[in-house]
Amino acid sequence: MTALAVKALDKSFGGLRVTANVDLIVAPGERRLIIGPNGAGKTTLFNLITGEIAPDSGSIVLFGRDITRAACRRRAHLGLARTYQIITLFPHDTILRNVTLALLGLSPLRWNVLADLDGQTDLVDRARRALAKVGLEHIAERPLAQTSYGERRRVEIAMALAQEPKLLLLDEPFAGLSIDERRDVQKLLQAIPRAVTVVMIEHNMDVALELADRITLLHFGEVVVEGTRAEVVADPRTREVYLGG
Amino acid sequence: MRVLTPQRTAIALALLALLSLPYWVGGTYYINIASQILLWAVLALALNVLVGYAGLTSLGHAGLFAVSGYTAALLLGAGYGHLAACLAALVVTVAVSKVFAVLSLRATGIGFLMITLAIGQILWGIAYRWASLTNGDNGINVSTRPAPFGLGLSAAPAFYYATLVVFLAAVVTMAVFARSPFGASLAGTRDQPRRMTALGYNVWLIRYLAIVFSGFWSGVAGLLFLYYNQFISPQVSALTTSAEALLMVISGGSATLLGPIFGAAIVVIMKNVVSAYIERWNLVLGLIFILIISFMPEGLVPGSVRLWRAGRQWLRARANGWAARPARERSP
Repeated sequence: MTALAVKALDKSFGGLRVTANVDLIVAPGERRLIIGPNGAGKTTLFNLITGEIAPDSGSIVLFGRDITRAACRRRAHLGLARTYQIITLFPHDTILRNVTLALLGLSPLRWNVLADLDGQTDLVDRARRALAKVGLEHIAERPLAQTSYGERRRVEIAMALAQEPKLLLLDEPFAGLSIDERRDVQKLLQAIPRAVTVVMIEHNMDVALELADRITLLHFGEVVVEGTRAEVVADPRTREVYLGG
Repeated sequence: MRVLTPQRTAIALALLALLSLPYWVGGTYYINIASQILLWAVLALALNVLVGYAGLTSLGHAGLFAVSGYTAALLLGAGYGHLAACLAALVVTVAVSKVFAVLSLRATGIGFLMITLAIGQILWGIAYRWASLTNGDNGINVSTRPAPFGLGLSAAPAFYYATLVVFLAAVVTMAVFARSPFGASLAGTRDQPRRMTALGYNVWLIRYLAIVFSGFWSGVAGLLFLYYNQFISPQVSALTTSAEALLMVISGGSATLLGPIFGAAIVVIMKNVVSAYIERWNLVLGLIFILIISFMPEGLVPGSVRLWRAGRQWLRARANGWAARPARERSP
């Protein structure tokens, strides 16, 4: 069984074809890196996989289950989690509440109007453990507005990991980070267990290549090259459309 | 564990003041003003669920408020008892709220505002033009107030206490709601609806339920209004009523428990008390709102808390600076 099987996926916005007949097979536990120049359709592909936008044609299968027509929220319950290129968190809440909300999203407790959320020790403890994994437990009570960009990136990852996903989509997790922060996030991603399949979009090849088992190069919405690190880097089309020279 | 925290002390003092109000406020007129504040506060609290916690600004809540009042008034006129009329009014209001939610949730932001405004205007049009049912501009009179458990509510103090019970029930319900997982989910849909969907939340359903919940409490406020005035007319469902309720929420501080209550107090006092002394009371009300928005854009309650904290910090810093100076500089 594959973790993710995308077949002949197509999406156009008006006359602009942003995803063109994309095929993508990701094995369970694999680390797949999606690269491509700006406007290649990488984030659109993520949005199609998560269901935030609907494809014009094609299919998406998650661990043997066709999710092409499943609602975005349903896909989260089926084990799909993601982070965003532009950090998308809850600015009025603490770090802890942000992660608690991620856990609450998959819990039937989210419909409860009588319980006190802060009194849900099981949920809050799990949120603290998720924060401990990304090294933010000591500032769990800090309002998000008082955190650095790098800390917010880690909160994003903590929220995704807290949901214990089977497939994790990371959209440029190193974007905007300092060298030290990049190293921290890299260690964090390396520590993700192989039970979690990871598909990552990243421009920073220095850090991303170390994490990837296989790489897919997108250009104008099409898969141009796919293979192992060595194969993709050696391919002349990669240099032509992405690496330059 | 400390039994007497500042918060608990404040709540106890506020409760004591509210319970003893008929004895110190000075006359039936002011007791009735207090009843009005409480009943409008219930509507403002209901609207705050949408404006504050859901981030959905409604200009049609007067319609839901009026649906409840009219349903009860019509049933009482048809000979039904108070309990049956009130229960039916709430059932009808919840049903109308469901339709209100389905229609208005076609959009968010300005779109939501415009749809709710349109629904409010439709309901006002029905109240105004369907004269065979609603008696048009002449409105409907209700001859009696209910007497729950044999306690008559005709006198101003009795009605005040009945309103206070309902008001406190609304406050407790809203406090529990805001702290609940569902309340947190609703606030999440306000801040990051896209993220909430990706986290597994059904954003539409959460908003829908919030509108129905808000509609229920608007209906409760509508019943209090009907019994307070013993009369209902299309004016109740007009845009001005929705706008006033919205002003109560915004001026007091949305997404807070106390904000809408203080907002209701400001509007009711301006309308009823200040208008007796100042002919152009609307001008004063407008000036107050401009001042609030200018100096406390987050609303009166959260703004006052912010200013209080800033003032205390400034005083502490001054005191520390004074103490740190050499003794000869401190001497006058």
